Amino acid sequence: MTYALEISALEKTYKGGFQALKGIDLTVKQGDFFALLGPNGAGKSTSIGVITSLVNKTAGQVKVFGYDIDTDLEKAKSFIGLVPQEFNFSQFEPLVNILVNQAGYYGVSKLVALQRAEKYLKQLELWDKRDEPARALSGGMKRRLMIARALMHEPQMLILDEPTAGVDIELRRSMWDFLRELNEQGITIILTTHYLEEAEMLCRNIAIIDGGEIVEDTSMKKLLAQLDVETFVFDLQLNLTLDVLTQFAEQSSSIAYRIIDDHTLEVDLNKSQNLNQVFDQLNAANIEVLSMRNKSNRLEALFVSLINKKSSATQTKPQSTVVGAN
Amino acid sequence: MNNSIALKSILAKEIQRFTRIWVQTLVPPAITISLYFVIFGSLIGSRIGEMGGFDYMSFIVPGLIMMSVITNSYSNVASSFFSAKWQRNVEEMLVAPVPNWVIVAGYVGGGMCRGILVGLIVTIVSLLFVDIQLHNIWVIIATVTLTSATFALGGLINAIFANSFDDISIIPTFILTPLTYLGGVFYSISLLPEFWQGVSQINPIVYMVNAFRYGFLGISDVSLVTAFAVIGFFIITLFTIAMVLISKGIGLRS
Repeated sequence: MTYALEISALEKTYKGGFQALKGIDLTVKQGDFFALLGPNGAGKSTSIGVITSLVNKTAGQVKVFGYDIDTDLEKAKSFIGLVPQEFNFSQFEPLVNILVNQAGYYGVSKLVALQRAEKYLKQLELWDKRDEPARALSGGMKRRLMIARALMHEPQMLILDEPTAGVDIELRRSMWDFLRELNEQGITIILTTHYLEEAEMLCRNIAIIDGGEIVEDTSMKKLLAQLDVETFVFDLQLNLTLDVLTQFAEQSSSIAYRIIDDHTLEVDLNKSQNLNQVFDQLNAANIEVLSMRNKSNRLEALFVSLINKKSSATQTKPQSTVVGAN
Repeated sequence: MNNSIALKSILAKEIQRFTRIWVQTLVPPAITISLYFVIFGSLIGSRIGEMGGFDYMSFIVPGLIMMSVITNSYSNVASSFFSAKWQRNVEEMLVAPVPNWVIVAGYVGGGMCRGILVGLIVTIVSLLFVDIQLHNIWVIIATVTLTSATFALGGLINAIFANSFDDISIIPTFILTPLTYLGGVFYSISLLPEFWQGVSQINPIVYMVNAFRYGFLGISDVSLVTAFAVIGFFIITLFTIAMVLISKGIGLRS
């Protein structure tokens, strides 16, 4: 099987001696929606930089749709569309020119490029701004412009480095819908993000990178299955009192309820418990549930635990301590 | 991959850039050159008399045109490529399957277009002051084309190494301008003492100005063959350096 992306033993050491990547291995299947997560400075952007040839690797191999970037760089590049973390278009050029020129770099004729520019600017609600210089756009519009630009050559793999950073919720959700549509059309998407909810909502597979090493590489389902405890919030009927809830919580065995206010309860469920038990107990007490939701992002809890696990493992290694002290 | 479309895209972007800001790029050379004509040509030149068998104004016209071509070819690529680095939009090309020679040719082509366009503007302005004669149009075309390519390549290399806007003004100020003024724009190097004539031989601009002047007036302090050999040598050398720098990603890739 040809993977959209195959990385093996990838290393990057910057001039000052900082080792950003310590021999990472990673594969992304064609058509996947893949999340690459990690704290700041973990190596996400360096990895993307190497894949897109903006960063020279120190060692290792990268293949894009089977093409090695060492031997078939131009072919490999033709498969990739990049939405970088920082705005990197000319601020003085009109939007249409930015898109048409970008398509030209991939050998797309001006006629076709103009058609595609119209298509993507309309889809991303930027068509009205087409003749304005890019500097006139708002932050959210600039992010969308970068997505449109990355799609101009109709790549088979789209890499987005924190595409929704600083974007408001409404716009973020519309961008999620747009990315889902692209993925359904068969485009492989690799996403780095700080919004873990975003990764959980969109991605099927996930790798977590920390300190230049992959600490987890699995499916989102398997990763979330590692969760021991999940917290749910129940919004209850409005005519209750704190006394009623306190009495209910004290009488309920086996499940630990927390009372937030006179119509909100929180409950932590471990793997051996299920929501039916909660509903049974609430029904028995004649307490009506208006709605229910996960309290916090489930992935966030796992992410923090994985990163913490790795950092405590590093701290216990005497060698690492010596290197760090030097 | 159609490289000609990529080349046209870079070239179009470059031409759009300097024509969009024509007040900064195309007007100043016309004003500067008018002042040169008024001061050196009319006011001082009338007292100098003939040089190389021509009146002083006619003698300096080719040099002044060439000076504009050199300055504008160089500064166009230096500022445009450095701006692309600074704004990071150079990454648009680096992530695309654009061969390195296309990047070099696109930027150099843009610099040449501005240099030659400014050269044409200056030529038109000079017609207000002096009747221009043409001795050999092909020598003029060849010299202006090759010289603009040479300095556009120089500007590109400068921009690749530059880390700040100051870095792209140091070479024009401290190297290019002195070499141009000492390159026989305003005088024939045969007027210099023998030692300084010898020193002038290592100034490449002497060859460019003289070959260009030959195209207009039919006179030159150096042989045409030597002049074109020197220009050719610089083009090949600078192109090779630019290609190596871009291939290695110096100043572009971390």
